[in-house]
Amino acid sequence: MLAQIARRLATAIPSIIGVIIVTFLLTRVLPGDTAAYFAGPAATPQAIEEIRAKLGLDKPLPVQFVAYVKDLATGNLGNSLTTGQPVLDDLRARLPASAELTLLGLLLSILIAVPLGILAAVRQGSWIDHLCRIVATAGVSLPVFFTGLLLVYVFYFRLGWAPAPLGRLDFFYSAPPDITGFYLIDSLATGDFETFRAAFSQIWLPAVTLAIFSLAPIARMTRASMLAVLASDFVRTARASGLKPSKIVLGYAFRNALLPVITTLGMVFSFLLGANVLVEKVFAWPGIGSYAIEALITSDYAPVQGFVLAMAILYVLLNLAIDILYGLVDPRVRIEA
Amino acid sequence: MNIRTDIAHGANHMQPPLLDVQDLTVEFATRRGAVRAVEKVNLTLGRGETLGIVGESGSGKSVTSYTVMRILDRAGRIAEGTITFGGVDVGNASESTVRALRGREMSMIFQNPRAALNPIRKVGKQIEDVLIEHVQAQPSDAREKAIEVLKAVRIARPEERYHAYPFELSGGMCQRIVIALALACRPQLLIADEPTTGLDVTTQKAVMDLVVELARERNMATILITHDLGLAAAYCDRVMVMEKGKVVESATAEAIFRAPQHVYTRKLMRATPRPGIGLRDLLPEGTVPEAAPPMPAAMPAKTGEPLLVVENLVKEYPRQGSGGGFAKLFGRSADAEADAPFRAVDGISFEVARGESLGLVGESGCGKSTTSMMVMRLADPTSGRILFDGEDIGAMPARRFARSSFRPRIQLVFQDPTDSLNPRFTAARAIADPLMRMGTGLGGGALRARVEELAGLVGLPTQFLDRFPHQLSGGQKARVGIARAIALDPDLVVLDEPTAALDVSVQAVVLNLLQDLKVRLGMSYIFVSHDLEVVRMLCDRVIVMRAGRIVEEGRTAEVMAAPKADYTRELLSSIPHPPL
Amino acid sequence: MSLATATDAPPARDNLFSHARHIMAENPVTGIAFGLFALLVVAALIGPYVVPYDPLASDTAAALQPPSATHWFGTDQLGRDIFSRVVVASRLDMTIAVASVALVFVVGGFAGLAAGYFGGWTDQIVGRVSDTIMAFPLFVLAMGIVAAMGNTVTNIIIATAIINFPLYVRVARAEANIRREAGFVQAARLTGNSELRILLGQIAPNILPIMMVQVSLTMGYAILNAAGLSFIGLGVRPPTPEWGIMVAEGASFIISGEWWIAFFPGVTLMLAVFCFNLLGDGLRDLVDPQRRT
Repeated sequence: MLAQIARRLATAIPSIIGVIIVTFLLTRVLPGDTAAYFAGPAATPQAIEEIRAKLGLDKPLPVQFVAYVKDLATGNLGNSLTTGQPVLDDLRARLPASAELTLLGLLLSILIAVPLGILAAVRQGSWIDHLCRIVATAGVSLPVFFTGLLLVYVFYFRLGWAPAPLGRLDFFYSAPPDITGFYLIDSLATGDFETFRAAFSQIWLPAVTLAIFSLAPIARMTRASMLAVLASDFVRTARASGLKPSKIVLGYAFRNALLPVITTLGMVFSFLLGANVLVEKVFAWPGIGSYAIEALITSDYAPVQGFVLAMAILYVLLNLAIDILYGLVDPRVRIEA
Repeated sequence: MNIRTDIAHGANHMQPPLLDVQDLTVEFATRRGAVRAVEKVNLTLGRGETLGIVGESGSGKSVTSYTVMRILDRAGRIAEGTITFGGVDVGNASESTVRALRGREMSMIFQNPRAALNPIRKVGKQIEDVLIEHVQAQPSDAREKAIEVLKAVRIARPEERYHAYPFELSGGMCQRIVIALALACRPQLLIADEPTTGLDVTTQKAVMDLVVELARERNMATILITHDLGLAAAYCDRVMVMEKGKVVESATAEAIFRAPQHVYTRKLMRATPRPGIGLRDLLPEGTVPEAAPPMPAAMPAKTGEPLLVVENLVKEYPRQGSGGGFAKLFGRSADAEADAPFRAVDGISFEVARGESLGLVGESGCGKSTTSMMVMRLADPTSGRILFDGEDIGAMPARRFARSSFRPRIQLVFQDPTDSLNPRFTAARAIADPLMRMGTGLGGGALRARVEELAGLVGLPTQFLDRFPHQLSGGQKARVGIARAIALDPDLVVLDEPTAALDVSVQAVVLNLLQDLKVRLGMSYIFVSHDLEVVRMLCDRVIVMRAGRIVEEGRTAEVMAAPKADYTRELLSSIPHPPL
Repeated sequence: MSLATATDAPPARDNLFSHARHIMAENPVTGIAFGLFALLVVAALIGPYVVPYDPLASDTAAALQPPSATHWFGTDQLGRDIFSRVVVASRLDMTIAVASVALVFVVGGFAGLAAGYFGGWTDQIVGRVSDTIMAFPLFVLAMGIVAAMGNTVTNIIIATAIINFPLYVRVARAEANIRREAGFVQAARLTGNSELRILLGQIAPNILPIMMVQVSLTMGYAILNAAGLSFIGLGVRPPTPEWGIMVAEGASFIISGEWWIAFFPGVTLMLAVFCFNLLGDGLRDLVDPQRRT
């Protein structure tokens, strides 16, 4: 098991190298003057030259790359012009907000999509199957920022069931003590149910927005792979041996159908991390996505670059976790590897 | 409530048949309305009796058995008739009643055993599931009982095998596990649906012997569903022949072979390759073409230098890891030493004379296909020489060979006629392809005329020329493939199991066609096959291969009559022999 | 070649047509999608000439009006007619989607085809490039690319093409790979076809239908992606009418109840994406050999 994880870790290395090269290239090689970016829009030509020298942009590309990797290794992602803080600190402070939102959204969507997909496959052609098909096609067509706005209009403006879309916590409350950085967990851990309720009332709407968005691919894949597995020879054998339908569907078919669903999770995460940026803007959520958007507006490049890098590394790690999960379910991968 | 005692009780009084099917009609709902897959089928089966249901694809033999088990898919339904199993009206019983029967009183084993097992569950656990479901074991003693069941199907080291996953086992071993699963609860009826299709002939014999032995031991009734009349006749008391959903004949195995009554049975029986007959005997009575030259008993190989000489041919493959370059770099360095290359072909030498046909026989993985691919120059040998008409064509890389002047002279007929035709090309376009690429610059009308001539040679009516592959039958597709192979008048044609995907009656016709073409066009054949009977009828000489080496070589008649190698003897004795 | 052209086409077209009719009959939704698609194309082609108002003309006296007979979709905070802006925007959004998909279809399709067919180092390089792109959350990568390369429509097109590259490579590669050793490809080798001719003449036509499904599905994704980028202020800039920007402009008015500013461009965007996804599903049914009898 440990050897397998080590092997998976090794396969993540080329991805990380690729990510570092791409983020480096994005700033140095492509058209546009990096120094001008870093200097900001109001800088004088001399100031730009100064920054060019300071950033080492006058040196040859390989030298710049080495310096870039060195910076990364020491956690130096530059400073944000807007906040005046090191980018790494900013990201670290804002990451829990994004992570809490994304994971809650994903959890919600798995809890709905997987049973829906299974039922749709088992009762092929029934109303639940049609529902699943509609959800799967409509879900991928919804622009996530638009769903968010619609939900705000309905649940905040019309019904008043949700608070104004302005961040993680209403300013009457103070943030719970920092244990995991997740307000829901931290407030529960300290027994502060009042804060928990407040945090939950803020997070449920953006989380539902994300869940609606990621529902479609998971439901669609669950349905498709369940259908394929239910039609397979070994399910026929199981039926011919008189096993109970519940045992066949959940014990035999579902575990096999889970494999493509786990693979799909990688893609879902890719979409979710992107959608997260848009949802954070709609709900003024103080995560790393809105941090990057604010930086984009002021042409503050270091935070954007740091954000892209952080997201990519996060995503590589998530994929790693998915790979390991896959290995746990499928003995073929476990043994052949 | 206990079905087993009910059945025993009924049996004591009047001894009714174990399984009684009356006027069974099964319909499938399709886009074009209901289609009858099975019509008015009657069958009865007593305890300990063995029944073979024989038919070609689409005859309804599998549907019949699925209906007996009530595991038809959603679209199928019993339109008429009754199924009574041990006193239970299976056709109308509730699902839970039938479920209690399945796996406990009646079981089924399937074609493609590896796919028939749950790929991510230990095989022992799968057997336990069945035992526990039918209360034959408690979770506490299930493991012990599962191992007992594995022992019963003669699996060596059952304690180890208990922990194996299906992908770790061979096809024959998987079929044993499937049998173990089916027989775990000691059912009274076993339905075996093409249990050995796709398995090698020696494995087939082992599996069939096991089934028959266990059935005898346990006085279990067996239904064997197969396309192979010879197999059914060799292992069954009675044989029922089905065609297009109807039973055309039902009699003892011996009677069917000695005096088949129905026209279809006669045709099927004649088409089945068996000892002591020639190619012409495979064709239905009265259809032997009069114009065709009489079959030469054994073509004397022409003297002079051989057409093809193969010397010390070797093909090595690196042992395959699935990962890409980086996976190899990072993950596989540790066990790199253990990865000695795998020798698919291990230094073989043989010759093919002009006008001769050579059979290349062996079980899967013996290297016969790899050998033919190298001779075809679609794969490069690791070492050794391939001399064609005196020239070392083995030295020319496969990639460049496509444009060599030798290319038109060596052609191939593929195993799977469907796969070998581009789905987007018409039959005419497929046959014309070699003519357009390497031909004599024929164009327009002349090209079409040549294509029609070739179609005539292979007996493909010209109106089929403008059809796409999916609009042609298996036999027609095979003819297109043959026409394409002979379009450029090759000297050597490699036939790679050309009839393996065809029904026996179609196989009979195609084999005769191949033989006629050879005589008419003066070609040499290398005939790759797993079926010794077919090779005997078509080939002058035969090479028997095993594990990349030649174990025996000689004139076909001599090898068949008096095999020298043990392995050849084993192969020969594994062919099912009908009771004659 | 005269033979091929003379005999190939008629039965195929006949079949495809009747099959398409069958699919329509079984799934009328695909028919609706075709209708929507036609409407979108018309709007993109002649929209700017037929809309009732100038999409850029502001009229502060008529600002923030709800939908009415004069302004079907209402007006925005500058009094611009939202209906006119939505219709005119279709040209820009469709251009971005079509251009980026065409780009990635050619580049990604060919790269995948070559990778799957030739294997070896071609496969290694294409695989490595595509893995590296896939190592990023795709929308985030698009953000990074546009932010670095500059805020223009061309860069949005390029970024959208880049993030779709792995999808095209994957499909084309897999399809080419399973056909690489197919009987008919071997047969083509035996009849003296060169490798390039086999790739383009035998394999590519067989993969084309599946690639067309991919095109339809990624069109929707490309529109979403472009709208998402302009929603956060990348790419297209105000006052250019574009669906994503219009939703962004309307966002702040949602909490005060002026829903129509964001609603109509948002719904249009959604319908456009929906239409392409439905078309993709319909096409998939059409080319899926499993459903074809």
